[in-house]
Amino acid sequence: MREFTYLRAASLADLPASATIIAGGTNLLDLMKHEVMAPDALVDITRLDLNRVESEDDGLRIGALVRNSDLAAHPVIRRDYPVLSRALLAGASGQLRNMATTGGNLMQRTRCPYFYDRRMACNKRDPGAGCAAIGGVTRNHAILGASDHCIATYPGDMAVALRALDAVVNIDGPAPRQVPLADFHLLPDDTPEIETVLRPGEIITGVTLPAPVGGQHRYRKVRDRASYAFALVSVAAVVGMEDGRISQAALAFGGVAAKPWRDPEVEAVLAGQEPSDALFAEAAEILLRPAKAWGENQFKIPLLRRSLIATLRDATGMEAKP
Amino acid sequence: MTRHLRVDGPNHDDRLDHMAQGVLGQPLNRLEGPLKVTGRATYAAEARPRNMAYGVLVQAEIPAGKVLEIGDAPGALAVIQDKRMIHYAAQGQAEKAPPSGPERVEYMGQAIALVVAETFEAARHAAQNIAIRYAPETVPVIPESVTPELPPKKQSATGDLDQAMRDAAVTVDQVWHTPSQMSAAMEPHAAIAEWDGGHVTVRAGLQMLSSNRKQMADALGIRESKVRLLAPYVGGGFGSKLGINAEAVAAAIAARELNRPVMVAMTRQQVFDLAHRRSETRQRVRLACDANGVLSGIGHDVLVSNLPGSEFSEPVTQATPFTYQAAHRQIVHAVSRIHRGCAGSVRAPGEAVGVTVFECAMDELAEAAGIDPVELRLRNIPDAEPVTDRPFSSHKLAEALRDGAERFGWSARKPSGQRIEGEWFIGMGMAAAVRVNMLVESRARVTLHQDGRAIVETDMTDIGTGTYTILGQLAAEMLGLPADRVEVRLGDTDFPPAAGSGGSFGAASSGNSVYLACEEIRSQIARTMRCDETDLTLHDGMARAGNVSRPLSELIDGQITAEGHLQPGKTEKTHRQATWGSHWAEVAVNRWTGEVRVRRMMGVFACGRVLNEKTARSQCLGGMSFGIGIALTEAMEHDPRDGHVVSRDLAEYHIPCHADVPELEVHFLPERDAYVGPLQAKGLGELGICGAGAAVLNAIHNACGVRVRQLPATPDKIIAGLD
Repeated sequence: MREFTYLRAASLADLPASATIIAGGTNLLDLMKHEVMAPDALVDITRLDLNRVESEDDGLRIGALVRNSDLAAHPVIRRDYPVLSRALLAGASGQLRNMATTGGNLMQRTRCPYFYDRRMACNKRDPGAGCAAIGGVTRNHAILGASDHCIATYPGDMAVALRALDAVVNIDGPAPRQVPLADFHLLPDDTPEIETVLRPGEIITGVTLPAPVGGQHRYRKVRDRASYAFALVSVAAVVGMEDGRISQAALAFGGVAAKPWRDPEVEAVLAGQEPSDALFAEAAEILLRPAKAWGENQFKIPLLRRSLIATLRDATGMEAKP
Repeated sequence: MTRHLRVDGPNHDDRLDHMAQGVLGQPLNRLEGPLKVTGRATYAAEARPRNMAYGVLVQAEIPAGKVLEIGDAPGALAVIQDKRMIHYAAQGQAEKAPPSGPERVEYMGQAIALVVAETFEAARHAAQNIAIRYAPETVPVIPESVTPELPPKKQSATGDLDQAMRDAAVTVDQVWHTPSQMSAAMEPHAAIAEWDGGHVTVRAGLQMLSSNRKQMADALGIRESKVRLLAPYVGGGFGSKLGINAEAVAAAIAARELNRPVMVAMTRQQVFDLAHRRSETRQRVRLACDANGVLSGIGHDVLVSNLPGSEFSEPVTQATPFTYQAAHRQIVHAVSRIHRGCAGSVRAPGEAVGVTVFECAMDELAEAAGIDPVELRLRNIPDAEPVTDRPFSSHKLAEALRDGAERFGWSARKPSGQRIEGEWFIGMGMAAAVRVNMLVESRARVTLHQDGRAIVETDMTDIGTGTYTILGQLAAEMLGLPADRVEVRLGDTDFPPAAGSGGSFGAASSGNSVYLACEEIRSQIARTMRCDETDLTLHDGMARAGNVSRPLSELIDGQITAEGHLQPGKTEKTHRQATWGSHWAEVAVNRWTGEVRVRRMMGVFACGRVLNEKTARSQCLGGMSFGIGIALTEAMEHDPRDGHVVSRDLAEYHIPCHADVPELEVHFLPERDAYVGPLQAKGLGELGICGAGAAVLNAIHNACGVRVRQLPATPDKIIAGLD
């Protein structure tokens, strides 16, 4: 670990223009030990007043410092946004959730092993160096939105649920702004080192959820083991039914791209229809049209198809039997 | 006085059953348990000698070639590149150090230098950023990419297997693959070295101190008597600490050079690079039987790998020659020389993957023959070791199969794919458990004090298995003392040399040496009591013979000290020694995602005398959990281009954790094996893993009809076989 200065911020106004922010540190400390990230200065924001969950208009405002475990257990989240509670509890381990924060979780970096290993070429770590993952062990890499420069995924669960809930990220800085979660994370293209729209000097102060939409909430995370493991694929679903037809379907997908993935065409094909295996297969077909495998991760294409179908059957009340 | 025994014949007298204290076999808690759970047990890296410096290993960034130049490390005390630094860990029981010389790279991640600094963080930073120039070479890293060696001694054939396969009513001929696996012990490897004149003391995480001492002396080029090793507490080994590793040698070299204590602790990633991996295996199994399921042919054809020149090759077929009868048999053992990290012993080398695959093949044969898998096995148990015709020292497979089937409710098992709960297929599977048994030369010293305290001293280790506790129980039983009157001192080469912890032989081997020492003490007491040792009863500090009863304090003048010395003998050759059991699993397979969840698992084991019901059970629970890992989750991924370990931390290398391990049930069959020394106890630690994974894999097939032959059975491989 490289030497760094440590500063504890007392207020938002205290934040220096350029410093790396640390909250729970569950990802950053690892990255610093590996010197994948080697900031000169850390600013600890855990004393800031950003740890409340409050009503705002018809929705909810979640402070950036609200811990994953607290958010998952919050009664309003459990009642009105259960997909978020389920996604949080599917993530990491109890110990990590006790430390990880809402804002920090959005800034979680990829688990691509080639990104973590400084012996390996990585465009994300060292722009222009190349991507050693391509041609290597690619079992848990992206099948959607990847590029020849980077095939890493965003590894988190919480953001996948937030994406299905149309959450908005609140950003403070020289010009405070709100960014829909849909636009917060960026696909790699030829600049995989730029992962979010957050600019130097800006900080996430919280996440706003719109008014609850009801419906059935599901978070299905497919993983290599039941204990702590990153998603192979995951599906966050908020599905409403009226008169035997699907009135609304918000679907977001994790473990498949550099951002929580969502495709309006998939939702459009479901809206107004009676649930059926044929319909779900059609939705999956649309979802996976742009999918591309990079060797070992070929299986994610059928796995995502199967996971979407299973989630929709479950959320629409179809018999889940084979 | 030393009481010596070479195990040349049977022990039918059941001496331990006639002792009076009644403490042996009891489920006592581990003596050092409170120290461990309160952080007071000091593991290798937890001592803090004054003025200690910190070393971090510098690792090669190429798979093979030469190191031309190593740059400076600003802020470091020293960069050490010494010709004595070893390339990889010593194999278990080796008497010599492994190859050394840091200029030559044999695999990616090899230790090529040590950076020493005042803090761990500074040393790590310097080690991570040091500039190195190499002359790289292109080398093979994929087992199938080279022509393998066929060591003549490891091939065998009887009869004509090809003909048997042609003639048989039912056959199986399939190929399985298992990936590299890592022991992933909780405590990463670490060592602290300190010199006093020409003597070096090294505290390290080690399993077998007496051979480790020889390896260390050889590595450093000093006499064995100049080396003292300490390993009082070891946070798991599973084979990865059988031999000395790069960190211990580097710490000793650096401590000498800097003239101050030096600690070298590996990071978790370094453990994955530098500890022995279990070789990946390719296993072709051929089975031939008649319509009644009676085997006529057994073929086990394996490919494993290791570095060029490394002697160890995963003994995959170790149990194949004697588990089932068949007239026509063939074993092929091939070794690819490739440049992945060094392969060596990982818990139950051989059987862990060999029995697992073989028992999957037996399940396929049962299906093909239309015979219940338990019945198929029962029909093929040999009366004596096939080919050699040696008798078995004991044989409990049939009993373990019948007992297990009854306890598990095997009769409720349905045909494949017919038990469904929601979106889950439910299935049951079983497998036989078998593991060779070994004894290894061992010594221990026991001192009985006048005040009724006893002290046991041996350089045996307790790697979390319960050695402290069982050796204490054993001495207490033999000397007639409450268990808390016995102090056990382990993990110090100043004590008499023991077998060490490995190959499941530790408890029986060191236990027998403690038994012998106590027997000598009993003889001395008997002389004072003027009776035969066999007529002497010791209980709660009192000695009784006939109608004479006297307290030990009257019989002992100060103290009695004796050594026990056990050597394996003729029974190794005259009898096939093994431990036996059966594994049972019920799993759920998700119809959509292919995820597998183990719902319950049970093992029935026969290992001779059980020394402590609780620690024995814990060993089995651990082994069965390893079995779940082999079946479902564990794989070291190697990069196909340079062989480096890609999954090199515990987030990427998936060992089964709490949510993956359901309630496990363990039963022991009462047994006394007469051919394994007076303790009549055999190895147990590894039996629990041997075949456990097969029960899970066979249950997957029973649940959903999918055979996974490329382990582990992760969701991708399951859905490939589902509609």
